Amino acid sequence: MRRAFAAIIVRDIRLALRAGSDALTLVLFFVMIGIVVPFAIGPDRVLLAQLAPAIVWIAAFLASLIGIDRVFRDDFEDGTLMLLRHGTLPMELVVLAKLIVHWLLTAFPLILATPVLAVLLAMDPGALWRTVISLILGTPGLAALGAIGAGITVSLRRGGLVAPVLVLPFAIPILIFGVGAIASGIGPDLTGSARLLLAAISLMLVAIAPFAAALAVRAGED
Amino acid sequence: MTLRQDLRRLSLCATGLSGARGERILFANLDLKAEAGTALLLRGANGAGKTTLLLMLYGAIRPLAGQIVWSGQDPEGPPFIHLFGHRAAVRARLAVLETLNFWRDANGGTKDCVEALERVGLGGLGSLDAGYLSAGQTRRLSLARLLVAPRPVWLLDEPTAALDPDGDRLVGELMAEHLAAGGLIIAATHLPLAFVGTSSEIRLDG
Amino acid sequence: MSHSQDRPGFWTRLSNPGQFLIWSRPLVVPLVVVTAAVFLVGLWFALVNSPEDYQMGDTVRIMYIHVPTAWLSQFVYAVMAVSAIGTLVWRHPMADVSMKAAAPLGATFTALALYTGSLWGRPTWGTFWEWDGRMTSTLVLLLIYLGIIALWRAFEDPLRGARMVAILTLVGAINIPIVKFSVDWWATLHQPASVLRADGPTMPGSILTPLLIMFGAFTLLFIVLHLVGMRTEVRRRRIASLERRLAQRGA
Repeated sequence: MRRAFAAIIVRDIRLALRAGSDALTLVLFFVMIGIVVPFAIGPDRVLLAQLAPAIVWIAAFLASLIGIDRVFRDDFEDGTLMLLRHGTLPMELVVLAKLIVHWLLTAFPLILATPVLAVLLAMDPGALWRTVISLILGTPGLAALGAIGAGITVSLRRGGLVAPVLVLPFAIPILIFGVGAIASGIGPDLTGSARLLLAAISLMLVAIAPFAAALAVRAGED
Repeated sequence: MTLRQDLRRLSLCATGLSGARGERILFANLDLKAEAGTALLLRGANGAGKTTLLLMLYGAIRPLAGQIVWSGQDPEGPPFIHLFGHRAAVRARLAVLETLNFWRDANGGTKDCVEALERVGLGGLGSLDAGYLSAGQTRRLSLARLLVAPRPVWLLDEPTAALDPDGDRLVGELMAEHLAAGGLIIAATHLPLAFVGTSSEIRLDG
Repeated sequence: MSHSQDRPGFWTRLSNPGQFLIWSRPLVVPLVVVTAAVFLVGLWFALVNSPEDYQMGDTVRIMYIHVPTAWLSQFVYAVMAVSAIGTLVWRHPMADVSMKAAAPLGATFTALALYTGSLWGRPTWGTFWEWDGRMTSTLVLLLIYLGIIALWRAFEDPLRGARMVAILTLVGAINIPIVKFSVDWWATLHQPASVLRADGPTMPGSILTPLLIMFGAFTLLFIVLHLVGMRTEVRRRRIASLERRLAQRGA
């Protein structure tokens, strides 16, 4: 079981790294949003620093929506998922392995690139630290929602467009608490409770996603 | 101590199977029986429902009606069915040996991958990107998947498609070996298969 | 592992689509009549026989449409979630049909709730849209409904589509309370004083009676529309299947 789990993770990471620069493109997209926004709202450092958490989260939000379609699509089309039905792993664990890879490839690089955005958006070190923490806590939830959306649309040839639309409303709490865990505006400091709520939502979604997506993937072949 | 799944002798008994594609009934009230050590050949024209029936036996498609019962397997044990179908599950940018290693690990096999590649005639191509294989070579690689993780039941869908005469012979040999070892084969084909062993036929007529 | 399947079960026969068309047929007209009657009574109460609000004046009457539609926007989702369980667990064809017929109704009631809310907001808050917690979560609910409808339309095969929609609906059922909670949290964070407070149980009877009647009227309206929608969907599927069979015979 453990060997099969590791085999899926290693294979998917190999495929993704060799298939060129998907992860790199995402990072580029993520950083570019940080570069483009100041052109839209002006180079006011105070204003930028104030908006920085929101900008970073929106960038991460969009970047994670872009990568959804890759989670199951290729494996579905070339028959890999069909054969994995009778692998040693239950489909739920296959999905969990793919979820982990999805997070490693789409969310982890963004977290590494956050300091670049922090410099560009005039964040102070404290805000950067809070941003990184909130991304680490929130992105697994986004990845889990992405996996559910990908599973539901896997048998649709043009699922790439539908999946983000399905997933987006459900991701709103992550956005709310994600930004809430960074910003310390006027009023009582709620970043601590936001951080806990964010972690709770992420954990719950990661717990649900393997079952929901495995159900969808199995139904997709029938 | 219970017998390992891959050494068990399984038999299939399916009764009253009905299958459809969309609205069209492909077959109705079909009875299938197959014993360990024998092959069951599904014959029929294109579109007669051979692939649908195989996927039903595989458990991927629900029959409209009827029951599929495998007996002799260890219900607690690992999966016991291999499917060898049109989609090879071979991906470009993964080397041939890496592909086979992956399938061995995912299917819980323990056999040597290099040996299996030799057996299917891909010896020496282990480090080649699987995307560069020809259609026939891809089929051979997919065939090696059945060898590295032995399982008692093989479901073969047009096993000789895209293979050269040499490849046909290879499929025949592997099937004969599998039957001799007490395996069970259900193969959908419209071509004659050359293998040594007892077999029965069932004809699907759309 | 032995996978054995037996169907169709008792359940399926009890309410198979053909049977459904037969037993639901005599229900439609009486239900329409009852719904119309309750609406007449409710509207008379709401428009004529209820007091103006001492602050909001006649605009308070929007409430008699707004609150019932807001309630239905959530009730319809609950109906869909229950049907989704029927689809996934029993693979019941009528559960598929029920989900499919409910989605546009839910979207419409949600849109009505938003529309009336915004009409009400203009004289009350001085703006058509306020990012108030309740309005915002209703808006998110509308997005979810629209996503479900989009997913229905994306599938050519209604059987597979039904199972995917059912999974999404159930994931949504788990998520909607979280969305609601998070939006409330967010709204209070950004505007400490709530703009609008419904007085709930302390409402005087003169307002409560018409409101309850309108609740009943709108719920009946949903039941009628859902029933008719399900009948239409069953017949639509029959026609599609007849057409396909005809095409095959011709070919």
